[in-house]
Amino acid sequence: MILFDHVTKRYPNGREALSSLSFRIGTGEMVFITGRSGAGKSTVLKLIALIERPTRGTVLVGGKNLGALPARQVAAHRRSIGVVFQDHRLLADRPVFDNVALPLMVSGSPLKETDKRVRAALDQVGLLGKERMLPIELSVGEQQRVGIARAVVSKPSVLICDEPTGNLDPDLAVEVMRLLKRFQDVGVTVVVATHDVHVVHEFGQRTLVLEEGRLKSGAEEEPLPSIVASR
Amino acid sequence: MGIAAYGARHAQAFLGSLGRLARSPFATVLTVFVIGLALALPLGLKLLVTNVTAATGGFGSAVNVSVYFKQGVPLDRVRLLARNARARAGVAAVTVISAADALADFQKHSGFGAALQALADNPLPNALSVQPTAEGRSPEAIGALERYFQAWPEVDIVQVDSAWVERLAAILAVLERVLAVTAALLAAGVLAMIGNTVRLEIQNRRAEIEVVKLVGGSDAFVRRPFLYTGVLYGLAGALLAWGVALGAVAVVAGPVATLSRLYGSGFTLTGPTPHDLLWLLGGGIVLGWLGAWISAARHLHRIEPRA
Repeated sequence: MILFDHVTKRYPNGREALSSLSFRIGTGEMVFITGRSGAGKSTVLKLIALIERPTRGTVLVGGKNLGALPARQVAAHRRSIGVVFQDHRLLADRPVFDNVALPLMVSGSPLKETDKRVRAALDQVGLLGKERMLPIELSVGEQQRVGIARAVVSKPSVLICDEPTGNLDPDLAVEVMRLLKRFQDVGVTVVVATHDVHVVHEFGQRTLVLEEGRLKSGAEEEPLPSIVASR
Repeated sequence: MGIAAYGARHAQAFLGSLGRLARSPFATVLTVFVIGLALALPLGLKLLVTNVTAATGGFGSAVNVSVYFKQGVPLDRVRLLARNARARAGVAAVTVISAADALADFQKHSGFGAALQALADNPLPNALSVQPTAEGRSPEAIGALERYFQAWPEVDIVQVDSAWVERLAAILAVLERVLAVTAALLAAGVLAMIGNTVRLEIQNRRAEIEVVKLVGGSDAFVRRPFLYTGVLYGLAGALLAWGVALGAVAVVAGPVATLSRLYGSGFTLTGPTPHDLLWLLGGGIVLGWLGAWISAARHLHRIEPRA
């Protein structure tokens, strides 16, 4: 479960990205976070991934209070979540296999197990057979799927995606979202920050709408599709 | 993490670092060249000190007291006095050099053989060459020995041949100090060079480091390849320094042997020993690791993932 309890985030330049934001995302739920640029979508993801810490309030992920998590435990927390970016963030000089294997390498997974899980992840995203190719040799959609494979290869309990369909045409965007939905179907909590209204409507998941760092709509109390109903 | 997995990760980091160095051969060779020369300099100084010490046969045994008798003192009397001198404490050996032997030796080595043969009388006196014991080499003991011989009425001159030894010892002491200071300065230079090289490497791989940290790479994991890079630079630099020293010794050995032969000495130049190689490799590895560690600790924590 992810819980934001009156979370305020103020950056060193004085800009307040989130103002007393509160919401809850259930385990295994898929939630969209939408809003205009600067509404605070990315900041929410940064707080979940512990790239930033809240200025005030509490962020709980899997029962851990991230604001109070010691620095030495940050890496372990990040290993428990998967992150997908709009720009993929792939290592250009490494083949697909090495890119996907990265989270397993950092966690010290045995080589045999790494090999098995990377192939399984590539199979899930439909890229098995392309493990020796460099990212630049793949299409944009395929690169995004490599990014997704990397995010899920270590079987995280939470998957956060920052504009995962931002660079894709509508068909590819739907394809990528279906892929993410499949992970939710097997119990992964999926949080997608997007301003792609088409995708949001197409998938009909609960949507948190942010405006100037505050929740405009989408809190749990609102009549949104329940976790069970959305499956 | 199991030991096998841990070893595999280290092997992966090591091979990755090796591969990155191999992919930019020009920059790698330049860096190794500078590190190698920096390490070769103190090694060269060390070899210089070792060889000069060996060439002079050690300072202690070189202290010698020459006792020159007055003209006309018979050789039998000299031999008798030599026996007395041998019985004295602090005297290790006494060699009698007759005037005839001295003249023959002088004719052989001075280059004035023909001129000396023209002399009607031998101008050289009988003499003793006295070598003090290890305990008798202190300035006080040598002074007492000098006074002992000067007290003999048959003695003309007592010459203590220690001034040049003292000067040489002082020069070697200076050289040893210069060696220590140079080694320390160059070690600091190697440290800074490796640190700066690793800093540039960290900057070049900033995006990759961000991604690794984002997927949960610990500080140790992120740091590891840079430490191996530093160690590889240090190791390669040490091997190059070894090669430079061997090459320099090979080039100089011939002329030194010739010079040594002309002075009637069997001295040959000593190159770096396996012990020197171990020190060099150890030093290179430690400097490489330390330089990389300092740089990584300073720069890696500034790189955090961005969303």
